Amino acid sequence: MEEIYAKFVSQKISKTRWRPLPPGSLQTAETFATGSWDNEENYISLWSIGDFGNLDSDGGFEGDHQLLCDIRHHGDVMDLQTLSVNQQWTTAHYHTGPGSPSYSSAPCTGVVCNNPEIVTVGEDGRINLFRADHKEAVRTIDNADSSTLHAVTFLRTPEILTVNSIGQLKIWDFRQQGNEPSQILSLTGDRVPLHCVDRHPNQQHVVATGGQDGMLSIWDVRQGTMPVSLLKAHEAEMWEVHFHPSNPEHLFTCSEDGSLWHWDASTDVPEKSSLFHQGGRSSTFLSHSISNQANVHQSVISSWLSTDPAKDRIEITSLLPSRSLSVNTLDVLGPCLVCGTDAEAIYVTRHLFS
Amino acid sequence: MEELDGEPTVTLIPGVNSKKNQMYFDWGPGEMLVCETSFNKKEKSEMVPSCPFIYIIRKDVDVYSQILRKLFNESHGIFLGLQRIDEELTGKSRKSQLVRVSKNYRSVIRACMEEMHQVAIAAKDPANGRQFSSQVSILSAMELIWNLCEILFIEVAPAGPLLLHLLDWVRLHVCEVDSLSADVLGSENPSKHDSFWNLVTILVLQGRLDEARQMLSKEADASPASAGICRIMGDLMRTMPILSPGNTQTLTELELKWQHWHEECERYLQDSTFATSPHLESLLKIMLGDEAALLEQKELLSNWYHFLVTRLLYSNPTVKPIDLHYYAQSSLDLFLGGESSPEPLDNILLAAFEFDIHQVIKECSIALSNWWFVAHLTDLLDHCKLLQSHNLYFGSNMREFLLLEYASGLFAHPSLWQLGVDYFDYCPELGRVSLELHIERIPLNTEQKALKVLRICEQRQMTEQVRSICKILAMKAVRNNRLGSALSWSIRAKDAAFATLVSDRFLRDYCERGCFSDLDLIDNLGPAMMLSDRLTFLGKYREFHRMYGEKRFADAASLLLSLMTSRIAPRSFWMTLLTDALPLLEQKQDDDIETTKVEMLRLSLARNLARAIIREGSLEGS
Repeated sequence: MEEIYAKFVSQKISKTRWRPLPPGSLQTAETFATGSWDNEENYISLWSIGDFGNLDSDGGFEGDHQLLCDIRHHGDVMDLQTLSVNQQWTTAHYHTGPGSPSYSSAPCTGVVCNNPEIVTVGEDGRINLFRADHKEAVRTIDNADSSTLHAVTFLRTPEILTVNSIGQLKIWDFRQQGNEPSQILSLTGDRVPLHCVDRHPNQQHVVATGGQDGMLSIWDVRQGTMPVSLLKAHEAEMWEVHFHPSNPEHLFTCSEDGSLWHWDASTDVPEKSSLFHQGGRSSTFLSHSISNQANVHQSVISSWLSTDPAKDRIEITSLLPSRSLSVNTLDVLGPCLVCGTDAEAIYVTRHLFS
Repeated sequence: MEELDGEPTVTLIPGVNSKKNQMYFDWGPGEMLVCETSFNKKEKSEMVPSCPFIYIIRKDVDVYSQILRKLFNESHGIFLGLQRIDEELTGKSRKSQLVRVSKNYRSVIRACMEEMHQVAIAAKDPANGRQFSSQVSILSAMELIWNLCEILFIEVAPAGPLLLHLLDWVRLHVCEVDSLSADVLGSENPSKHDSFWNLVTILVLQGRLDEARQMLSKEADASPASAGICRIMGDLMRTMPILSPGNTQTLTELELKWQHWHEECERYLQDSTFATSPHLESLLKIMLGDEAALLEQKELLSNWYHFLVTRLLYSNPTVKPIDLHYYAQSSLDLFLGGESSPEPLDNILLAAFEFDIHQVIKECSIALSNWWFVAHLTDLLDHCKLLQSHNLYFGSNMREFLLLEYASGLFAHPSLWQLGVDYFDYCPELGRVSLELHIERIPLNTEQKALKVLRICEQRQMTEQVRSICKILAMKAVRNNRLGSALSWSIRAKDAAFATLVSDRFLRDYCERGCFSDLDLIDNLGPAMMLSDRLTFLGKYREFHRMYGEKRFADAASLLLSLMTSRIAPRSFWMTLLTDALPLLEQKQDDDIETTKVEMLRLSLARNLARAIIREGSLEGS
């Protein structure tokens, strides 16, 4: 993994996302958006890694990412998604309580889109469902959770999955009328807050979560209430976890401890008898550790769910050249990866799988 | 009390009439609050001050500059790398590492300078453009000083290489040569260009004799009359002995050769070989190190340190570091010629040539508005083991003092406080205490920011701060009716008292409404239940309700009994527990042991029923 470009941008980056490409397109990703936080004036900026630089010897493009435009944002940018929209929903999240003045606003912590629907969750434990063309929220689940909802993702179209700060995953079905989740999953141990969640791109029942203690968990929501694997990963909060959208055998995590890891579970890795890393910056091999699992024999298993520790190893590579302040966010699209840190730097690489 | 080094500057606050009314001010961590009061000095006080604003005054505006932020962030990374350099390394490898760090810092300064220069050129508003340009010159001065310090203090170049480094230093900072060269060479007839001789002269002044020779050959081609003397001059330039980096000759050899060459040049001067060309004659005098000739070129030299280096090049190329300051002082005096007085930059450079590090740092601190430069430079010099522990009034040494000031300045900024944390970490005496005070005062608007602050505190075992922050957040959560969040914060802080408070809230809600709120939380407490007795009670009581609902009466009964006998139930709840027991008492018990227990319960209930009835009247219905 070579050629990772860093650029200091004078703002701490809280979220970054690639601009989605039309499905089936052969282009590589070119534009990404970033959101800043903790400034008196925060900005959402669009950056391009297109062909501004010079061509190097093998015809690749060189040069840093360049700023295209930016826009002011009120408050910290907590989450970013791409959609065509011309609406603003203010006060989507607010606190009501005996001590708070009526409608004191609460931070919205996560947003996810599935055109034309938009789901948001916040520190007020509320879930909102919006549609791009409707002025008001289509559905609101008040008090969905007594703690903060940190992240949300779509499972199947009418179902979403949320994670909260008491370590629970809850599945909500919008077809049902009530305000109760259809399923709750959690660990039996300590109630460690979960900060991020991502669904496997092809297998809609496989979900990965990252927690405050840096632990990566893989869950199968059809089976039981316990995770399939628990992998000890970072030393501090894991802020984002992403399956690679086109190569789901690869997973990426970033954390408060300043590192960004690439987890490679592809099973066609040649037999490695030695444990020393070859290439890559620092790779280690880790075999799954599993919690109890009732039925093991399934014909088509994702390697993330596989339970044979002897056969399957995951190769982990740290992608950033040196430890920095917290890596808050990352996004992958094709061979390109972008991440943003609290050291006010954006790192971009166009050669993830070289 | 130290004497003031200069008169304090007066800053006028717009809108405030200080002649009429008294002003009020208060110090903050990095800034000052000022407002006008209604106390009149001479006449009667008015009801309301005429200026309705409160002003925040900051001296350090650099922290808010977008471009300088990159400087702060990048140098933070370099600073951390420097602190982690292995202490075991000594000698040459350590020195080369330190030199590399110094060059890194300098390249960061240069990058900032470049960017700011671009912005200055592109600025639409001329006032802005001027501001950026002045910022560029400040950065350029900083890099100049740093570079000199690197040569003298970090690289510690000995006689011989010292001059080469100084030549590089001058060439880097007097860069009009390149544009002039491009101009002249780009023209049709370079040797007839107006600035041709200026170019050749400045090349000689900078010791770039090869390039000067090439220029002369063009002149030789253009005017065959002077071809002969040009050739002679070219030969002189070619044969000047200099120490090249890979050269193995000793200093004495070099001195001898140079002396010989110098005498040859003298002879040419005596013979008036170059009398026909005044330009060439002045070049010869320059190469002989003639001060008067050098001073004639003041404009091309543009500053005294260029004059100094050229003078050394052509009169004493094997100058020793300790002799530098004689030449420096005299160069400054000669160059200024009594017409102007030295600027702050000149004094700083002079102090550097005198190897007076403390003076350099002191002067820089006064001249610059931001602690960035002195903090990082002092830290680097401290790593070179050059600073004696120069104890200041409050016991910490100079390096630590400067780092503390710099980091405190960072904490005054809403976003850069995260960088400040690492600087405090490397201040052994007062760093931790300062960090404890600063970190409690960071405003926490979102949970994510709070989590980051907590992580910083936990990594440093600052348990008091963790507690206090978690308590604030938990209190906010309780007020907003987010009991799950409140519980999660108290678990993180291991705050049993707060967990008790949250449990009481739940129990109170139950009593008022007859059912539990937030079942998802209470049903799934897990090991956190053990944090406080009240919490355990809450969890177990809910479990009792669940068992009852599932009609597992035997289990429910034994649980209820254990709740009553274990004394973790709050007083206010005893009545409720007893009430809950009533339906169970009327159930038929199959199990013998349970029957006995229940019998005992019935007995004690009967005995206490009377007392309970009397008490009930005086209880406040809870």
